[in-house]
Amino acid sequence: MAELLFWPALLAYGEAAVAFVGEVRKPGAAGRYATWGIRIGWLVQTALLAVQAARADAFPWSTWAASLNLFVWLVVTVYLVWGCQPRYRLLGLAVAPPVAVLFALAHAGGGTDTSGAGSYSTVFLVLHVGLVLAAFAGFTLAAALSALYLWQERRLKRHAAEILRVRAPALARLDELSARTIAFALPALTLGIAVGVVRLRARGGGFDALMAVTLLTWSVYGAYLALRYGAGVRGRRGAYLVLAGFALVVVARLVLPGTHFS
Amino acid sequence: MKLVLVGVSHHQAAVELRERAALDRERAAELAGRLAGASGEAVCLSTCNRTELYLADEPGADAEARATAALLELESELGPALYRLRDEAAALHLFRVAAGLDSMVPGEGEILGQVRTAYEIGATGPMLDRLFRQALHAGRKARSQTGIGESPASVSSAAAALAEQVFGDLHGRRILVVGAGKIGDLAARNLLSRGAEIAWIANRSQDRADQLAHSLGARALPLDLVERELATADLVVSSTSAPGFVLERAQVERSLRGRRGRPLLLIDLAVPRDLDPSIHELDGCYLYDIDDLQAVVAETLAERRREAERAEAIVAREAERFHDWQASLEVVPAITSLRAHAEEIRRAELGRAKLSPAERRAAESVTAAVVNKLLHLPTIRMKQAAAAADGVLYADAVRHLFGLEEER
Repeated sequence: MAELLFWPALLAYGEAAVAFVGEVRKPGAAGRYATWGIRIGWLVQTALLAVQAARADAFPWSTWAASLNLFVWLVVTVYLVWGCQPRYRLLGLAVAPPVAVLFALAHAGGGTDTSGAGSYSTVFLVLHVGLVLAAFAGFTLAAALSALYLWQERRLKRHAAEILRVRAPALARLDELSARTIAFALPALTLGIAVGVVRLRARGGGFDALMAVTLLTWSVYGAYLALRYGAGVRGRRGAYLVLAGFALVVVARLVLPGTHFS
Repeated sequence: MKLVLVGVSHHQAAVELRERAALDRERAAELAGRLAGASGEAVCLSTCNRTELYLADEPGADAEARATAALLELESELGPALYRLRDEAAALHLFRVAAGLDSMVPGEGEILGQVRTAYEIGATGPMLDRLFRQALHAGRKARSQTGIGESPASVSSAAAALAEQVFGDLHGRRILVVGAGKIGDLAARNLLSRGAEIAWIANRSQDRADQLAHSLGARALPLDLVERELATADLVVSSTSAPGFVLERAQVERSLRGRRGRPLLLIDLAVPRDLDPSIHELDGCYLYDIDDLQAVVAETLAERRREAERAEAIVAREAERFHDWQASLEVVPAITSLRAHAEEIRRAELGRAKLSPAERRAAESVTAAVVNKLLHLPTIRMKQAAAAADGVLYADAVRHLFGLEEER
């Protein structure tokens, strides 16, 4: 069953990734195919997650690979809220390829099977994992927006002649949306960390590298919001800070999870 | 009915000639009415780039000579610049005109409205009515299915499109216009039409500044106060005739402290330049001069030309449809006569039969079905033959075989 759902979802995400490249080369129909690819991929992946949840006797996304599967779904969900509007279509170029790669990675790690194994069963832990992953999904999208911002800014700075032919979302709008996404994601991360701390105190356990990186991530994004709304730091410098925070998200998601899950 | 087009356009005639052949709405309507006469049809399309007369009349009516004479009456030197097209070629030409494919700037938007106006004030009948409605359809289709009319084609519209690339929606964005000349005015109005607010007009001459500020709903400003307003402006458009820089890097740098990271777009339309080019190096400042804008326009025009190839295919399909319709006109009288003849025989034979009302109703239905089925295939074949240019032969054969000529 899992195989039946995984491959169509991966195919749809892969098609979207290729079509977004086509959209940059020649705007038009490719963008529509890409958006439909993302939508279909998301629907099929939702079905996959539903099957996993139905067959599991505990929280089904407790392993590193399974949580990556859930993370991919959250990233696409946040993207679909507004990212697939025609004016933000190019954002898909920063979202679809990593989504396809991470989804394949989750599958390779066994995160898309429906064996039903799960080690988390308390509401506390489900909340902890869910909130942290949702926050990371938000930061991923904010990073995509910031990357697009830097690309568009660079085109404006070097007076690119094709700037009106290959249209990206407006600079000011990208900057604002990136900040707004972080303003939603940071409280989710704060709550997720708080839930984790409560459980850590109740059950005991040591402070590991993943926790340290997560706290560092929290401080980078906290600093970003404070600098933006307090000192008016926007634009290119703000975008670099968002990308620095995202580098920590990558470390937390892809490098260190083994130390925490084990 | 034959379709004839006689006209003059920017391809063959200089503006000095074209302006003498240009007609306003009333004169164009009057000329169309006069050329149509009692039985014909005529439409006069007159814009700054072309004056064209479309006539539909019987083959022997010499419509082409009348149209030529009408144009030469407007300007006797037009003769060598006139072009004459007939039927399919004339239709294709109008479809290309409506799609903006024959314009100076490919895909320009005004021509479609001008074709609609010409159609509305023209003396149209079945032929020109169909031709112009289909031309308007082809024009809309070419624009909606290709990007021919999407990208900006002038420096001022490119400046406005660039502003949208920086700010997105321009509603509420505050514009500072430096210089109250024609170029600045044009750029300001373009931005105004997209929702931006022209907040200040700064000019060396206060009178000119007041005048333009009044017409745009802005505030007039002396040039030395420009720096003060930079902190709150989103966009600066400069087009003075000053010999040196009107705005230096240091002035903009000082204003950045009050901007709290908001981007500032500066458009320099002046030659020599008004704005210090090193302003572009400042964080959050984007300066475009006239050369940068012209490079952007050149790129968008190249894109329009690429899209024009796709639009040509759309227009050609529409012209083909018109040709099929026009060709079918040749066989329509024969088809109508044939059907009338069959119906007459059916009714006559039915009238002779002695039947009860119920039997008559049944017989009516059956005989009508038989006639329709018998004539269906010949009707289709005649229309197909008409599209393949054999329509007249088939129509003559049908008239001869069924004795339709004798009945006329």
